[in-house]
Amino acid sequence: MRVVEKVEVSAPPEVVWAYVADPSRYLHFMSGITRWEVVSDEPAGLGARYRMLMRVGSAEVGGLIEIVEYDELRDLAWSSVTGLDQRGRWRLRERPAGRTHVELRLAYGVAGAGLAGWLSERIAAPTVQGHLRRSLHQLKRLVEHEQLRRLAAQRREQRTRVA
Amino acid sequence: MTAIDTAAAATRNGDGPVQSAAQEPRTSSGGARGGPLVSALAREVRKRIPVADLDNRDPDYIRESLPRAWLLSSLWFRGEVRGLGNIPESGPVLLVGNHSGGNLTPDTIVFTLAFSTYFGVERAFYQLAHNLVMSAPGLGFLRKYGTVAASRENANRALDAGAALLVYPGGDHEVHRPTWDGNRIDFGGRKGFIRQALDRDVPIVPVVSIGGQETALFLSRGGGLAKLLGLDRALRLKVLPISLALPWGINVGDFLGHIPLPAKITIETLPPIHLRQEFGDDPDVDEIFDHITRLMQDTLEALAAERRFPVIG
Repeated sequence: MRVVEKVEVSAPPEVVWAYVADPSRYLHFMSGITRWEVVSDEPAGLGARYRMLMRVGSAEVGGLIEIVEYDELRDLAWSSVTGLDQRGRWRLRERPAGRTHVELRLAYGVAGAGLAGWLSERIAAPTVQGHLRRSLHQLKRLVEHEQLRRLAAQRREQRTRVA
Repeated sequence: MTAIDTAAAATRNGDGPVQSAAQEPRTSSGGARGGPLVSALAREVRKRIPVADLDNRDPDYIRESLPRAWLLSSLWFRGEVRGLGNIPESGPVLLVGNHSGGNLTPDTIVFTLAFSTYFGVERAFYQLAHNLVMSAPGLGFLRKYGTVAASRENANRALDAGAALLVYPGGDHEVHRPTWDGNRIDFGGRKGFIRQALDRDVPIVPVVSIGGQETALFLSRGGGLAKLLGLDRALRLKVLPISLALPWGINVGDFLGHIPLPAKITIETLPPIHLRQEFGDDPDVDEIFDHITRLMQDTLEALAAERRFPVIG
């Protein structure tokens, strides 16, 4: 099953990237995530591994994931090592006027689970999609708030320089 | 994974050693009072109890069947498991639960799913079950989940292998308690699990569940009836429960199971208890038993206070 959510953020990609590439910030904006731990020596970047869990229905599902693609300011993809089969991707694309198009994709399932697997993936989809949607909204709120503060700080600095 | 009527892990007789049903079949004429039928059944059960082999646990099978358990747990029982983070991340641990729901024990289904998804199917996790469950036709798949016959030997094997072991000291006594006693921890005085934990020096993690006793109207354990028929001696079965359950109406014995009502199952996992750290080098088993059952009773009452309606939760 594959779910996708998108949002336009009023901030340049580098500000958004600072959030999506930093595992220590995930618990602040990712909805439904009950656990996000770094388990590799390197906390971020290609090959970094995390143990993550997301509450879906009566269980916390997830497992060990590894970053398999790390294209700075553009793409960050992960794949599962153990636990639920999953492949996810943050896709950031620059838009005019300092905006960023952010897409969060997640494909998940349990290989070999048959009809029950097929059914459970579809029944879980609205919950997973809701988590992704809320995550993006929280990310947008955090990033735009930080962008506003950053611009205000720049204006203050300019005023001080002029004076 | 149904009908895990998990009996006492090494707790069959309060203080006494626990017999391994799998390895030390009784040779007495148990069931004489129940007549030849009970004796024949007892022989059949003893023959069918599989020798415990921890290697029967199959992580791939568990993984592939988790979606089925998830559907049942999420849609039918609206399961909610809290505090799994209290279970030590690795190493042997004795998970001690209260048991509810008759022979179809929803708390076990909900908890096994939650444990397996939280820690991953790679973490060794075993459950002790009553001999009747292990020998019942059609339930062989439980061995793939890591279910083994309740005995001290099997419990030791699992703990020595560094596994998490789920036991229900109340066993058949507790699982068939009347519905109006649903919010009561009742281990029937079985304390063997404490000796087991002390013997292997492993922490105990209490697991408290609510809702299972609302999946049918449990009327009586039928302890007197079981004794009269000699089931207690022949089959280690101290109860012959009587309930009102779907689709049977009056259900005696619950041997064929029943369709459980969709009661909300809530499970709370409590912080680990390191017995020697908390009770000294030579701890008193009775004191530990009182502490654990009181702790679990308090938690159960708190969970009960959250519920507004029976079944609905």
